[in-house]
Amino acid sequence: MSALTREETEALIKEVLEVYPEKAQKDRAKHLAVNDQSVEQSKKCITSNRKSLPGVMTIRGCAYAGSKGVVWGPIKDMIHISHGPVGCGQYSRAGRRNYYVGVTGVNTFGTMNFTSDFQEKDIVFGGDKKLAKIINEIEGLFPLHKGISVQSECPIGLIGDDIEAVSKKGAAELNKPVVPVRCEGFRGVSQSLGHHIANDAIRDWVFSRDGKDVKQEFVPGPYDVSIIGDYNIGGDAWSSRILLEEMGLRVVAQWSGDGTLAEIELTPKVKLNLIHCYRSMNYIARHMEEKYSIPWIEYNFFGPTKIAESLRAIAAHFDDTIKEGAERVIAKYQPMVDAVIAKYRQRLEGKRVMLYVGGLRPRHVIGSYEDLGMEVVGTGYEFGHNDDYDRTIKEMGNATLLYDDVTGFEFEEFVKKVKPDLIGSGIKEKYIFQKMGVPFRQMHSWDYSGPYHGYDGFAIFARDMDMTINNPCWKSLTPPWQKQPEAEAIAQAA
Amino acid sequence: MARLRQCAIYGKGGIGKSTTTQNLVAGLAEAGQKVMIVGCDPKADSTRLILHAKAQNSIMEMAANAGSVEDLELEDVLKVGYRDIKCVESGGPEPGVGCAGRGVITAINFLEEEGAYEEDLDFVFYDVLGDVVCGGFAMPIRENKAQEIYIVCSGEMMAMYAANNIAKGIVKYANSGGVRLAGLICNSRNTAREDELIMELARQLGTTMIHFVPRDNVVQRAEIRRMTVIEYEPTAKQADEYRQLARKIVENKNFVIPTPITMDELEKLLMDFGVMEEEDESIVGKTAAEEAAVAVA
Repeated sequence: MSALTREETEALIKEVLEVYPEKAQKDRAKHLAVNDQSVEQSKKCITSNRKSLPGVMTIRGCAYAGSKGVVWGPIKDMIHISHGPVGCGQYSRAGRRNYYVGVTGVNTFGTMNFTSDFQEKDIVFGGDKKLAKIINEIEGLFPLHKGISVQSECPIGLIGDDIEAVSKKGAAELNKPVVPVRCEGFRGVSQSLGHHIANDAIRDWVFSRDGKDVKQEFVPGPYDVSIIGDYNIGGDAWSSRILLEEMGLRVVAQWSGDGTLAEIELTPKVKLNLIHCYRSMNYIARHMEEKYSIPWIEYNFFGPTKIAESLRAIAAHFDDTIKEGAERVIAKYQPMVDAVIAKYRQRLEGKRVMLYVGGLRPRHVIGSYEDLGMEVVGTGYEFGHNDDYDRTIKEMGNATLLYDDVTGFEFEEFVKKVKPDLIGSGIKEKYIFQKMGVPFRQMHSWDYSGPYHGYDGFAIFARDMDMTINNPCWKSLTPPWQKQPEAEAIAQAA
Repeated sequence: MARLRQCAIYGKGGIGKSTTTQNLVAGLAEAGQKVMIVGCDPKADSTRLILHAKAQNSIMEMAANAGSVEDLELEDVLKVGYRDIKCVESGGPEPGVGCAGRGVITAINFLEEEGAYEEDLDFVFYDVLGDVVCGGFAMPIRENKAQEIYIVCSGEMMAMYAANNIAKGIVKYANSGGVRLAGLICNSRNTAREDELIMELARQLGTTMIHFVPRDNVVQRAEIRRMTVIEYEPTAKQADEYRQLARKIVENKNFVIPTPITMDELEKLLMDFGVMEEEDESIVGKTAAEEAAVAVA
């Protein structure tokens, strides 16, 4: 099926909106758009970062998810207390595949769940005493932890516990940072505010310590950079880091996949901050720019075209050594890239993809698909803001679909009409679309595969997309008994 | 056994809810009624005149010590005082921490689950913290709990304002459950034409002033001894007032969905009775300096 024209796409949006009551229709219309590359500012065509409508089955998360699940959780040598009832921490435990190196339970704690497990009495009498006790118990049981963060669940904000006072006291007693994070789930319209709150907590409670948790004296170098906004899902940060190191840069910190507290504290000393997930960590990058005069640059390590562009853009901030290094790295991996494309492009050429993901992927992965000859015909963000859509308009073809905070109904209807060859979204969407007979990849968790970042990641990405789209199972969707009339027809003809 | 009547006492903070409740309950007990008081206030002082002591074992404190409310038995928290009046206190946190409203919810659920209401009882009285600040303090008037609400008030503006607000809350729960306004109890502050004023307020709310409790220092004298008037000085005139109130409650059949009045109507009522002066629109938002300037000119 060929691509829809602008008029057809507009008609599709109109048709989908028709089922809503008038007020909902008016609201949702602002979140759906036909892409027009000539538009300079996305706010002229699409509205984002607004409250979801009740009843629509939004795919969004909450502020706690944004802080504990995304920003803080992967910092591996700290212990993150899910402060409140047990469920928030337990049902999100280890779910995000933030890989890390270390001995879990000894010097790293990434896949463990620490919770204050609130009971009635903690709600009624307040949980501050319990929190203080937990901080002390952690110190006794896990002495090699480097610090603690207190991730507030909803009740903490409702009953007004003074976690700041408890944290300050705990930090003084432990001589380690204890960071209160006010990321109660009811705050904001999505997980996005949680990212912001988490960034601010790093600024206020970690940077303020001026590196006093860093053991050795740190000697800054001319090529120091940090990776910010890479959560090392399936090892993404590792396959990114090697490229930067091969071109001659020194990666001082990873935020926050496989990251440590010391790395966070050293970051204000780097020469350039490299931002992968802009949405979740631009706040701290802007702060470091303002306070420590550290420039920052967004980069994209999905697919060889974007990787080469990004490596050169990063190198442009440094001297010729690094610029040459970038060219060397690009040249080194070119044969591998060629082999991957030679193998998979013919199998994937012309396939059409619809995406619906989180922070950066709705735009960042477009290049990977294009490198394989595929086309992204629809994309949208769960919790993006205007600045995300500003960056997306140029990446998407004209007359493609943009959908912000898409509803379950809209997504299904779009898929029915657009008939993509592949959908990339999350676990909640996966089985709905697979049952509709559409090949599907989880693009949050990489469907338990990965990494997808870097050249190594591209090879895995290409293989995964091929084995999903060209899987023989899609030809077996019709059960034999429904094929009967056809068989009878043949029999009769004979 | 007659059907158990569950009553809740609401009213502005400091109006005398706890004192009135305990005195009238003493009157009921004296008349042979079997009564339980459920204190719904973290201060846990709704039963001290019956028990001659501040309740030491509130449900929430016991639950916190035991681990959870499931670890408690009814007899741990149910105390028996003057004339076999049963007393429980929900208890709750110190001011400034935690969530007292949740404490009330937990405590009342506990009492229900433990069958506190299945015993041989004629009346349960819920004495609720003055200001209904959150859903927890509305717990006693939700479905299957208190069916009759008595509002304690006086002829003071804020007390009447609070009474009207409580009536609004009752309307909300009256529509979803069976709760009804059963009357206003005027706990006199000796303001002018107080009885007439409260009767008129009651009429406008669609109910009656069930009793006018005059002011009498014997109440304070009894309180100092942690006793009700009926126990401390059974022959006092005030003891008869509480007996009358108790009798009227036993006989009361006037249960209504209230008709709360608007702010304008309430202000008019207060002005008619001279509690409030007519508003002078011309002085609104004027500072003292501005007024002085106008006066000079």
